Amino acid sequence: MKKIFAIALAAMMITVMFAGCGNSGSDDASFVIGGVGPLTGDYATYGISVKQGAELAVKEINEAGGINGVPVELLFEDDQVDAEMAVNAYNKLMDDGMDVSLGAVTSGACIAVSEKANEDGILMLTPSGSQVECIQYPNGFRICFGDPEQGVNAAKFLANNNVAKKIAIIYDKSNDYSNGIKETFVSVAPEYGLEIVSEQAFTNQSNTDFSVQLQTIAGTDAELIFLPIYAQEAAYILTQAQSMGMEHIFFGGDGMDGIVEKIGADNVSATDGLLFLTPFDTQADEQNIKFTADYQAAYNAIPDQFAGDGYDAIYTIKAAAEHANVKPGDADFNEKIIAAMTEITVDGTTGTMTWSADGAPEKAAAVVVLQDGVATPYTAK
Amino acid sequence: MMDFLSTLISGLSLGSIYALIALGYTMVYGIAKMLNFAHGDVIMVGAFAVITSVSMLGLSPVLSILISIVCCVVLGVSIERIAYKPLRKSPPLAVLITAIGVSYFLQSLALLIFGSTQHSFPKIINMPAIELGELTIRGNMLITLVITTAIMAGMSIFINKSKTGKAMRAVSEDRDAAELMGISVNRTITITFAIGSALAAVAGLFYGTTYGFIGPYTGSMPGIKAFVAAVFGGIGSMPGAMLGGILLGVIENLSKRYISTELSDAIVFAVLIIVLMVKPTGLLGKKINEKV
Repeated sequence: MKKIFAIALAAMMITVMFAGCGNSGSDDASFVIGGVGPLTGDYATYGISVKQGAELAVKEINEAGGINGVPVELLFEDDQVDAEMAVNAYNKLMDDGMDVSLGAVTSGACIAVSEKANEDGILMLTPSGSQVECIQYPNGFRICFGDPEQGVNAAKFLANNNVAKKIAIIYDKSNDYSNGIKETFVSVAPEYGLEIVSEQAFTNQSNTDFSVQLQTIAGTDAELIFLPIYAQEAAYILTQAQSMGMEHIFFGGDGMDGIVEKIGADNVSATDGLLFLTPFDTQADEQNIKFTADYQAAYNAIPDQFAGDGYDAIYTIKAAAEHANVKPGDADFNEKIIAAMTEITVDGTTGTMTWSADGAPEKAAAVVVLQDGVATPYTAK
Repeated sequence: MMDFLSTLISGLSLGSIYALIALGYTMVYGIAKMLNFAHGDVIMVGAFAVITSVSMLGLSPVLSILISIVCCVVLGVSIERIAYKPLRKSPPLAVLITAIGVSYFLQSLALLIFGSTQHSFPKIINMPAIELGELTIRGNMLITLVITTAIMAGMSIFINKSKTGKAMRAVSEDRDAAELMGISVNRTITITFAIGSALAAVAGLFYGTTYGFIGPYTGSMPGIKAFVAAVFGGIGSMPGAMLGGILLGVIENLSKRYISTELSDAIVFAVLIIVLMVKPTGLLGKKINEKV
């Protein structure tokens, strides 16, 4: 009996040894891009969209011969928006031979991952980690707007298009993304002639009942309610506001993406007239129309901004690698590809982007308006 | 003033939902002498039963409400039979831990069946907002308030006047003596769970129509709040649960409106602590002298 046990143990050890060999062979035969994001849980739509957008880009690139002749392999791990799980997932991806990291989909997780990516010195390009600290290190870049930029863009849009002057805000005090946008928005509002008449907070412990916040706002002379929050909470707010008969204009940031799916077919009328900032429009140009059609064919869903971010991230990595003319395994691969990031221009689905050394993209913001669950570009009245 | 009134009304509506749930807690505690922590999750099951029968099976609202109540009653009674009845002679701690286990079981089951996303609740109560001068009242809040008040009045009459109600009060007072008088304790406990679960189904319905979305963990927060309401009013006392629930809802909304939206829960719990310091048995709880 003991002998069998010993043999089994030995066999196991050998298997483990071989398994180790197989994995550690970041054999440079493929360009491994690793992503981390929520694939399950309340925020799963964001992770799934980024992953699917990235997959589509990888498929296209591989069909066209890969990056500098090397086929691309995309690995994607679930983090459930948890920083610790994100770091574990990142470590697993490094073991699997990751060459370039997509950071993480959400800000908190991305900040944790950025520490590790900085230690390892690889390029980290987050599709959607919008908080400032996500790209605090020289190797960190992003595709989406940062939170402060969104706050400024929101104020700029409202003032330039004369949408409203008296603004109320409902924000999530327990969420960094929401706080980041709200703080910048409030601080720049006076410059743009906007008056903040009411600031209402909630936390992740009290994110279902908004009747008090909405009643308070209804008692002020606010014309527009700014919602720098995620789509799930916005779904609660919009349906409750509708049942209260409120007729304010609602305006959100890019976290509002996916609101139509979240709110459900029964309540879709509550999103009529909702405005939100997004650099992504499914019908903006030929590239976006093709991307939307391909995405729909592959996943039976309309791509949102996160899908566009994921897609653009992969093409940006390709552009940087081609500009630097490097392949995984080359000497100074990491240094060269990171240096190339500030020298390239990428015409992506979320706009034409260039990067400064601080890692933030330079691109134009658009506002869309929802009607019957369909987003169309906002046109000034 | 209008502002105060509308906050008060939404607080009353929220409080009446808490009160319905708290009734279930307090009845079970009074009669079976146990804290049924799975009670909050029965609400979630009831709400999902409505979603499934209206949105997926396309049944009429009235039928789906009946299905939801039947589902919850069957669930409540089976939980009692399978999980709690074998432990009737066990120490209270064992029963408490079992109840927490049942709560996790129901949450995980819902997670497996319905996934982690929030499902939108069908609009089965369609009532437009009512405007009285400057005061706007949400239609479904008003309906919640009216129906829960009617249910609570009905429950008071049932407990005080009917034979079964009398049996329930007798079991709650002295289980052994009640048994000697020919009351079936097991049957009474089953009826208690059935009534409590039916109330939870109704609470789930109102929770869904008021807030619009249901997920696997929806029941836990109202469940905890209702437990607090039951303790606040005096656990084991039915009028106490009603009073506790309504006060809790009103305090929560008023502190959200006039003090801080983030601190409202902390304020609610602070009030609970103060009440328990002054009156350790809760507002309407009876002091029970332990026999030595």
